[in-house]
Amino acid sequence: MPSLRELASTIRSKNAGVDHLTFDIIFHDRTAFERVRDSGALDPERICALFKIPRERLTHHCVFEPAQAIEFTIRRLRPSGSPGETDVFGAQRYAPLFDVEVP
Amino acid sequence: MKPFTIACPTGHLAFTPLEKESFLAGCRLSPYAIVAYAGSCDIGPRPLRADRHVSLEVHQRHDLEIMLLEARRLGVPMIVGSASDTGTDRGVDQFVGLLRAIAAEHRLAPFRPAAIYSEQKIEDLLDRLARGARIEGLDGRPDADASTLRRTSRVVAVMNAEPIRRAPREGAEVVIAGRASDCALFAAPLLQAGFSPAIAYYTGKLMECASFACEPYMGKETILGTVEGESVRVRAMHPAQRCTPASLASHAVYERTDPLREHVAGGWIDMSACCYERVDEKSTRASGAVFHPTPTIKVELEGAGRIGERRLVIVGVRDPQTIARIDDAIAWARGKVVERFGPEGEGYRLFYHRYGRDAVMKELDPDPPAASHELGIVVEAVHDDARIAEEIAALAARNLFYARLSGTKGTVGAAALMSDEILIREPGYEWTLNHVIEVEDVMELVRIRQLVIDGRAGEGR
Repeated sequence: MPSLRELASTIRSKNAGVDHLTFDIIFHDRTAFERVRDSGALDPERICALFKIPRERLTHHCVFEPAQAIEFTIRRLRPSGSPGETDVFGAQRYAPLFDVEVP
Repeated sequence: MKPFTIACPTGHLAFTPLEKESFLAGCRLSPYAIVAYAGSCDIGPRPLRADRHVSLEVHQRHDLEIMLLEARRLGVPMIVGSASDTGTDRGVDQFVGLLRAIAAEHRLAPFRPAAIYSEQKIEDLLDRLARGARIEGLDGRPDADASTLRRTSRVVAVMNAEPIRRAPREGAEVVIAGRASDCALFAAPLLQAGFSPAIAYYTGKLMECASFACEPYMGKETILGTVEGESVRVRAMHPAQRCTPASLASHAVYERTDPLREHVAGGWIDMSACCYERVDEKSTRASGAVFHPTPTIKVELEGAGRIGERRLVIVGVRDPQTIARIDDAIAWARGKVVERFGPEGEGYRLFYHRYGRDAVMKELDPDPPAASHELGIVVEAVHDDARIAEEIAALAARNLFYARLSGTKGTVGAAALMSDEILIREPGYEWTLNHVIEVEDVMELVRIRQLVIDGRAGEGR
């Protein structure tokens, strides 16, 4: 089974405002995009299981056809840049997505 | 309506300097406006609360100089918003001062800048609250009350295109705006030229980060956007970059909570039906955005406050037995802090950032390694009183050294202190406001100052 790292061309995370982290998984290859989209590997439930978060922290999830992208947004536990925070830009949260297996 | 071309040389002006070559190439194609944003909430609450810029002034001057000289040479508006990283009044004044210095150095003929301020006084917001206004929480936050505002030291209102488009109408040739929606800076000249809010704001959304909308990945390179009717054609100006349907569409969703919607005061753009088509090697055309005006105008407020003084200590661990039981060691050290100061909570905050394990991802790390080769621990203590923050940091870090773990072989120190120092950091700050307030008119929250800068003043008497 290939991993998301092999199929996606971009896997990234970033702040969306001060209270959220947003994740983009973008595919150059149409077939790869459709395979991941249809596999369910990035369905909301799977994402919550991967990051071990309750469903209510996943505030948005969508498939954006024009960009061949799957997007989701997770609420931060505390706002960006607060004491206790270590990723001001939210730019290093995507690593666990690399090894997601795509049926 | 004639096509209207905007040049955007940089996303977050001066965070690092813009690249001049592609900007000059763009200006050779005679854009009608030069637009860039210079700040956002992305950099954390510290710059806003401390009211300081994080971009270096030498870089701010570099970028403003290159843009101003071209804008004046072409005789087109230059629009810069969220001045000096935060968009506070200080930021606007600092940028105006830089324009004066640049104009004098280059002996520029007189021109008329407008300074648009959107910083809010806490007392004014308390007044509005007392008169029954609602300061509505965004992104799951509760509404703000008086205590939220009292914890807040500095607030900026995020303006839409209205104040920015008004300034040139009053004769301004350069606009330096306080905090503004990035896309509003681009929308302003387009609305002024008669284009629809849908294409005006959508063009801003696509162009705001300059060359990020193109491929391969490059920052700080210029792009041009040519708006015609209800579509915009975006072109890469760097010789090695292309704007493709994929690069443009994927930028459209960048940094958005909901990637298909962009909210501004007074409405939102729906991007769910947008389409992207290749025009040529360098450019892509985008269309299909829909603007939905909202029945009321809600303006976003960003506010930051101080939590307390902050001290850090850096500690390393190499003993595999200690690494395997680092949670026990931390629990021991925390226990010593609790003995002295009681449980963590309102009085103090204490964090152990375990680099090599889960410091970056924290609770979102699904699978931190049980044992790394080395472990770097940053101990972070926050208390209102600097001396107490220092004592908490000392107890919390040095007790890792004295941690009592049964069965360990090393018995003269369970951790390596990088130094005996307790590092003094800037205070801990927090985003206290991520809210909206309803207004009759956006102009209630902004002040416009019309200025004249004469680079030849004081000469030839």
